[in-house]
Amino acid sequence: MNKLHDILLVATVSGVTILLRFLPFWIFGGNRKTPKVITYLGEVLPYAIMGMLVVYCLRGISFFLTPFGIPEFLAVALVVILHWWKRNTLLSILGGTLFYMFLVQVVF
Amino acid sequence: MSCKINEMNSKQIFSKKLLYRAIKDTIPVMTGYIVLGMGFGILLRTKGYGIGWTLGMSLFIYAGSMQYLTIDLLTGGVSLVAAALTTLLVNARHLFYGISMVDRYKNTGRKKPYLIFALTDETYSLVCGESTLQEKERTAYYFLVSLLNQIYWVTGSLLGAILQQMLSFNTEGIDFALTALFVTIFVEQWITAKEHRQAVLGVVVSVICLVIFGPDHFLIPSMVGITLGLLGMRKEGSRNE
Repeated sequence: MNKLHDILLVATVSGVTILLRFLPFWIFGGNRKTPKVITYLGEVLPYAIMGMLVVYCLRGISFFLTPFGIPEFLAVALVVILHWWKRNTLLSILGGTLFYMFLVQVVF
Repeated sequence: MSCKINEMNSKQIFSKKLLYRAIKDTIPVMTGYIVLGMGFGILLRTKGYGIGWTLGMSLFIYAGSMQYLTIDLLTGGVSLVAAALTTLLVNARHLFYGISMVDRYKNTGRKKPYLIFALTDETYSLVCGESTLQEKERTAYYFLVSLLNQIYWVTGSLLGAILQQMLSFNTEGIDFALTALFVTIFVEQWITAKEHRQAVLGVVVSVICLVIFGPDHFLIPSMVGITLGLLGMRKEGSRNE
């Protein structure tokens, strides 16, 4: 373990992450009026991105190897049902996570 | 830190009520961050990196999936250029969060740099949909949500690093908390949104890109596709008017 290299590596990851977070504000921020396209994207992107993040979380599933993504499918279904029914975020997340842990540890 | 809080009291409407609301709203993130943060702290410790490393990374990188990935980068001994490129690819989605927050964070004054720095997936998901607060309370609320979330993350990762040797229960599958959080927000948005084209577009484009480009490379094509799709919808809308 080379300590200096490790420190520089963490600094690099941190620096690039910060850069990515600030860049849009540098480009479109300031006192100029925000371009209409950006305002529009700001309104509609959240809806589309949340769908993408769900897919991102489930990207590792294989439908060709056991357990074929069945635990993920069942747990996501439970979260959807719980949330549609009660609309209690904490309940949906805890219920889904405990059910998923039960599935991967005990059932599959 | 203390001077920051004083400054906040003097200018913003910062009430106990607002703090309670921020705590209540961030409870789901707290659950997820404590669990995922602990996972990170445990993993980093088992690779031989102590509490200082955990604290440094959770304070200065503060990006969940990237921090997990950084453990691989560290142990794999990759070059700094490779590390920078990996970060660029994995965190490019933050560009999109920024674009949607430019207007919302416009008049946030001296808290703006921290708000931008702390804009994680989860913080974004909480602040991007906020619409019930008064103008005066918004900045303070955004700041509280951002700060609380980072406190949860740092606490979780430190707990993991400290408790690493003592933990004995089986935590397999606990990382599903993050998936559950995003699914919950997705359903919530679905219930409240006027139309569902955007949500459907997000899922469909991402799945298509996942099939074509594979799990390691589908995020950027997805984001390009989603943006083009949304711009297309806008054109269509203005033509119909």
